[in-house]
Amino acid sequence: MTTETTTPQAPAAKGGPDGEESLLSRFTQNLWAANSVMVTILSIVLAVVIGAILIVVSDATVLAKFAYFTARPSDALTASWDLISVAYADLVKGALGDPEAFAAWFDGTGTWQQAFGPLSETLTYAAPLVFTGLAVALAFRGGLFNIGAQGQAVIGCITGGIAGFTFGLPVGLAMLVAMLCGALGGALWGFIPGLLKARTGAHEVITTIMLNYTSALLLSWLVLQKGIQDPDRTDAISKTVHEAAQLPSFGGVLRVHLGIVLAVLATAGVAWLLNRSAFGFELRAVGSNQHAAKTAGISVAKTYALLMAIAGGLAGLGGATQVLGTAYALTPAVAGNIGFDGLLVALLGRNRPWGTLLAALLFGALRAGGNRMQSYSGISLELVTVLQALIVIFIAAPALVKAIFRLRATRLTRPGASLVKG
Amino acid sequence: MSTATVEEIAEAAAPEPFWSRQRRLGVALILIGLLAAALFGSLAPSETARFTLSEDAEGAALTINGQFGAILFGLITLAAGGALVAGVLKRFQNLLLSVGILTFVLSFLCWQVAGKFMPLVDTTSGTLQLALPLILGALAGVLGERSGVVNVAIEGQFLMGAFAGALVGTMATSVWIGMISAAVGGLIIAAILAVLSIRYLVDQTVVGIVLNLFALGITGFLYERLMQPDAQSYNTPPMLEKIRIPGLADIPVIGPVLFDASPLLWAGLALVVLIHFGLSRTRWGLRTRAVGEHPTAADTVGIRVRGMRYLNVLTGGVIAGLGGAYFTLVATGSFTKNMTAGAGFIALAAMIFGRYTPFGALAAALFFGFAQKLATFLSAVGSPVPSQFLNMLPYLATIIAVAGLVGRVRAPAAGGQPYIKS
Repeated sequence: MTTETTTPQAPAAKGGPDGEESLLSRFTQNLWAANSVMVTILSIVLAVVIGAILIVVSDATVLAKFAYFTARPSDALTASWDLISVAYADLVKGALGDPEAFAAWFDGTGTWQQAFGPLSETLTYAAPLVFTGLAVALAFRGGLFNIGAQGQAVIGCITGGIAGFTFGLPVGLAMLVAMLCGALGGALWGFIPGLLKARTGAHEVITTIMLNYTSALLLSWLVLQKGIQDPDRTDAISKTVHEAAQLPSFGGVLRVHLGIVLAVLATAGVAWLLNRSAFGFELRAVGSNQHAAKTAGISVAKTYALLMAIAGGLAGLGGATQVLGTAYALTPAVAGNIGFDGLLVALLGRNRPWGTLLAALLFGALRAGGNRMQSYSGISLELVTVLQALIVIFIAAPALVKAIFRLRATRLTRPGASLVKG
Repeated sequence: MSTATVEEIAEAAAPEPFWSRQRRLGVALILIGLLAAALFGSLAPSETARFTLSEDAEGAALTINGQFGAILFGLITLAAGGALVAGVLKRFQNLLLSVGILTFVLSFLCWQVAGKFMPLVDTTSGTLQLALPLILGALAGVLGERSGVVNVAIEGQFLMGAFAGALVGTMATSVWIGMISAAVGGLIIAAILAVLSIRYLVDQTVVGIVLNLFALGITGFLYERLMQPDAQSYNTPPMLEKIRIPGLADIPVIGPVLFDASPLLWAGLALVVLIHFGLSRTRWGLRTRAVGEHPTAADTVGIRVRGMRYLNVLTGGVIAGLGGAYFTLVATGSFTKNMTAGAGFIALAAMIFGRYTPFGALAAALFFGFAQKLATFLSAVGSPVPSQFLNMLPYLATIIAVAGLVGRVRAPAAGGQPYIKS
């Protein structure tokens, strides 16, 4: 990619003829340019449009109306519009809140819990994604593509969950120990590919993919073992985590738990680590140019190993959050897809900590809204997966979005890891 | 691939030592030989192990005392390892290695089958069936990788192929149209991968992973919207019938396995030979390898780098799509959500384990297929060895292979790097 390294201040400082531009005109000029905010927004728009097409195409009754489109186009168009608008309205209501529920709360016919239910769902789904997203983003800044967040989260589920139902510790301490065990398990699982990369040069993409499936098989074996499986059950489910070890939540409809608070703290921690700490500097140096970093006296091998361990620890926390905050017991699918979703979240957040947090909130909202869309409009939750993947595909290919919308070339190139290698 | 490794550092520190590759392999064989002779030998009951030459317990069989067999084959493994360490028979290293691994597996089988029987025809044909999609997927990977495009979207191509084959095959009530659509399904994913990574220079691994999620989402979405409500008209594809070649099919064991089989199996095996020949002997193969190893040099002598990459990735997509057709049109006769369940990643593992060569990929796919078949066999006979651990084998073997613990796998030099003509 061509890199234009002029800083935004440069023309203004020079005070030349270019510097005459007013702030407003520069704002409008940059608005329709391929900057990261615009690309993100347009990517979401594109994904939503393609999603709408999929909804219509897969609906037999609406599709039948398109058969006589030339005779009466209004039929097909209104039917399509109704279908799409109802589906997406449900998506938004399920993610942010239903105006009717709020009205009912003010009338006194409903409770505030019902009104805030959707928002609580969004935060519940977002919490583990923040952790796994940070695990991917942090590693990416160090030049490693951590596809293993899924495996690390699964191991975090296992160690966090087992610690949660084994140790009979007092409230507070039990939760702390369980979360710590989750982090340690994930860190160990992340350390393996880091060490292999550092010592032998084994590519982390391949080793982490393989470790993902290894951990999934390990979990499906483990939940059936004596001492872990719930003695009262015959199916693959473990004992329930002690109440003392569960992340506190409001209870009832509001499933949102302490995990989201921890996630925000973790984001702040990662932001500090990345931008303010010595290790953060080293990992960014290694990520931008490992040879230069080596020449400057940074141990590349040590950075890789440590970085993957920290990333694994974050993903492990994500897994532990899932078990201790939402699921309360291990099942073969307890980790769901949080690791792979975390990958998308990190890419959408452009590998920056706070960006990752926002992206995780968006994905959590999509997921929560998707649940409502599935039950109210009967549109499969898988649409959300499609939307998420499409958004990230467009984000990853800014040149494509730029070409579709004929955006201006960006005037300021921002620092940070770009997905496009050049 | 996308990021450079630190192998230069590790290698520079270690001059070619006494512990060469064959010596390390030899030690590994001695260790597993000892394990086999001691552990398997002591655990195996002193009963007859029958390997029947048919699909059930009837008919002629190879028999051996389980305990005696376990110890005997373990000792042969040990001897093969000893020969490697001692450095005798240097010209037959690969043979010694194969003998060592084979006898280790036989020792394990003697322990497991002692007092029971194992139908060889069923085992071999099961192995081939499980290996077939892996072979096709790995070939797709080989094509991309050798031309310098990392294809981690094999899983997505499988899913798309399986889905398109089932959908269009049902609607057209023709298995051949189904096969063609499956190839087109794989081609679609490959085309997105090719355009984004070659034209828009997006990181190939990122696109691949996101495409897997996209394929998972879109097939799942359309499955729930179309196939589930009306399976009769969308999800009952005609299946590819087995073809029996008279005469040849009467050869014991090999006959029913190879000559009373699905045409897709023959196509898969033929493609292995064809691609091997093509890569090593034809103009296309030479150019492909040149583009994958040193695109700048290839460009200098007038080879169209991007064109070659497009050609190879798209051909790979067609082959992987056919691999996807195996799941719906050969194995089961209907599509279900996420039915490939990680097979694409095992195919990726087979490609790496097979050192990016067609015959290597074939051998690795057969090995992984055998491991899977053995896993189902062992859980059927109630073995104490958990099937999950056998299923882990492909993943762990790949980690060991890429880490260079037993011989380093060298990927094509330009893999993962987009080519920008300057």
